[in-house]
Amino acid sequence: MSTNSGYVVEKPLVKGNHTFSSITALVADIVEKPTPLWWYIAFGISNLLLGLLFAMLAYLIWEGTGVWGLNNTVAWGWAIINFVWWVGIGHAGTLISAILYLFRQGWRTAINRFAEAMTIFAVMCAGIFPAVHVGRIWVIYWIFPLPNQMQMWPNFNSPLLWDVFAVSTYFTVSLLFWYVGLVPDFATLRDRVKSKLGAKIYGFFALGWTGGNRQWQHYEKSYLLLAGLATPLVLSVHTIVSFDFAVSIIPGWHTTIFPPYFVAGAIFSGFAMVMTLMLIARKIYGLEDIMTDDHMEKMNIIILVTGWMVGFAYIMEFFIAWYGGVEYEKFAFVNRAFGPYAWAYWIMMFCNVVAPNFFWFKKMRRSVAVSFVLSIVVNIGMWFERFVITVTSLAQDFIPGSWAYYSPTWVDVLTYVGTFGLFFTNFLLFLRFMPMVAIAEIKMVLPQADPHYYDEDGNEPEPVEQIEESK
Amino acid sequence: MAQLFPKWANNVPKRLLLALNLLLLAVIFGFWYYGSPKHTQVGYAPSQPIDFSHRLHASELGIDCQYCHTSVWESARASIPSTETCMTCHSQIATDSEKLELLWDSWNNDRPIEWVHIHKLAGFAYFNHSAHVNVGIGCATCHGRVDRMEVVMQTQPLSMGWCLDCHNNPDPYIRPVSEVTNMAWEPDDNHYQFAQMIISKKSINPPIYCNACHR
Repeated sequence: MSTNSGYVVEKPLVKGNHTFSSITALVADIVEKPTPLWWYIAFGISNLLLGLLFAMLAYLIWEGTGVWGLNNTVAWGWAIINFVWWVGIGHAGTLISAILYLFRQGWRTAINRFAEAMTIFAVMCAGIFPAVHVGRIWVIYWIFPLPNQMQMWPNFNSPLLWDVFAVSTYFTVSLLFWYVGLVPDFATLRDRVKSKLGAKIYGFFALGWTGGNRQWQHYEKSYLLLAGLATPLVLSVHTIVSFDFAVSIIPGWHTTIFPPYFVAGAIFSGFAMVMTLMLIARKIYGLEDIMTDDHMEKMNIIILVTGWMVGFAYIMEFFIAWYGGVEYEKFAFVNRAFGPYAWAYWIMMFCNVVAPNFFWFKKMRRSVAVSFVLSIVVNIGMWFERFVITVTSLAQDFIPGSWAYYSPTWVDVLTYVGTFGLFFTNFLLFLRFMPMVAIAEIKMVLPQADPHYYDEDGNEPEPVEQIEESK
Repeated sequence: MAQLFPKWANNVPKRLLLALNLLLLAVIFGFWYYGSPKHTQVGYAPSQPIDFSHRLHASELGIDCQYCHTSVWESARASIPSTETCMTCHSQIATDSEKLELLWDSWNNDRPIEWVHIHKLAGFAYFNHSAHVNVGIGCATCHGRVDRMEVVMQTQPLSMGWCLDCHNNPDPYIRPVSEVTNMAWEPDDNHYQFAQMIISKKSINPPIYCNACHR
């Protein structure tokens, strides 16, 4: 046996030796202080983009889907790409809030609140596309199993229908999860805000929370149950999104690797988006004590792992196309890498498979600049992944006579740009009016929350830094 | 700290939930009842340019449907009679009736009468009269007892579900082809055996796939 009977002291999840009240102040002050100028500027720009989105959607609905760049064979273009991209981004929230919660990963508390918010807003952006791509939006209720005078019933064999239920369930559960977690924090804000109207509004959403023992017990129980409910959803939603492709018989889509490959890609892009937003938010609001470099490193490891899962899937697809010996399948993949869309394929390969390898190095994982740049690169790569999957398989399908090169129109592009307006309008409102860190939860992972933190006489232990040095 | 909300606020969420559910039910009922073609279509009885009475012509005078709606056996449309058809009788009968001024006007000026279309199907739904009457679907099955109507009124919703009701189960609606224009025909007691016999004899198999009607 080793003579070293000590143990490695885990790094504290919150830096700066905060107390319970200083944590509350740090987060709640963001909401209570006057609105900063940059917020108005950012909100204004987001609103302009949101207006652009509405204009593009109105134009689309008025004119029909002909204003998009779709052609004979490519019936799914940017709309579906953007849908899958936004839904994928929306996966990080539930992963962080549900799966990491069940695995007792204390570090999730620093980022779960705004990752969940990001999830909800991303799913909103995603939901727009399948809704408007049907063309005749006024009969969109046909996707629901409603008894009607036509005696029409949705086709329950179709993954497109499963998708409707998967995404709407995911949205509902994410929203509930987010709200349940917010209740104690709304109560905190209710008790702190100066204005009477503010207190009433926060009080309304706090549902009469007093912080009593029984309330906490119910809260913990419901949070656990919701986490259990949401966990399968993390896997199911993008699995079903992948079925939209995999259940068809188009070469390049009809593969069993799609569900795990899509889920890994979703988590990959979702974490990258959380990273992008986290690095901006913690800088602006001075939350480096809560969202520390350790958080950044942990997230970068997840990005590296899921990035390689995606990379493995890219390579495995090629292997199976050769090993399976189906001519059409082989052509589809060779065409991806060397056909007319090779440029998109290699952008995807670089962004998703090559770029994350910087994160093998600890220095890179802990560098704010590298993390920020790579998180954006990853999301560019993931957009191109969906482009490659959707477009290359359709543009060159079974009948060479109908092959055509697909290009988006300005409406496609501006609609996509407009969804960022929706996303950031929501996100800025969230930053301004809601606690962006789960105040109650972060206190549970403070060193002070440990029953053994204070010694018998109630004294604070020696500072952590000194323990690290003496080790 | 003073209470933010009065005591009655405790009941607000419950009542709001109840009200929302009731509202939802009301909306569903509203669409189900008022939005149905059974409500929006049935009972449509516009006044026509000439006060033509189907009751008088079909019931009292006993003129068969096909005398005027001539193309029903051969064509997709049963056809609206031309002024000439009317004039086969009315050049001799009731020539000085005030009601027929428009008819004479049409006859003299060679200008058709603009009858108001009652039984309208959407442009994307294909319907063929001849396919139906030739297998023994009677006029009255879809148009009602026109022989009792002073002003023709739509009696059936003509909705897709209504079409499918018969296409899925044509038995109750089949009659001998010779009885197609008989407004007063009623099925016998052994109608089911008769219908089965006709269906197998003529191998009637009403299509229920989309492009049967949406071509």
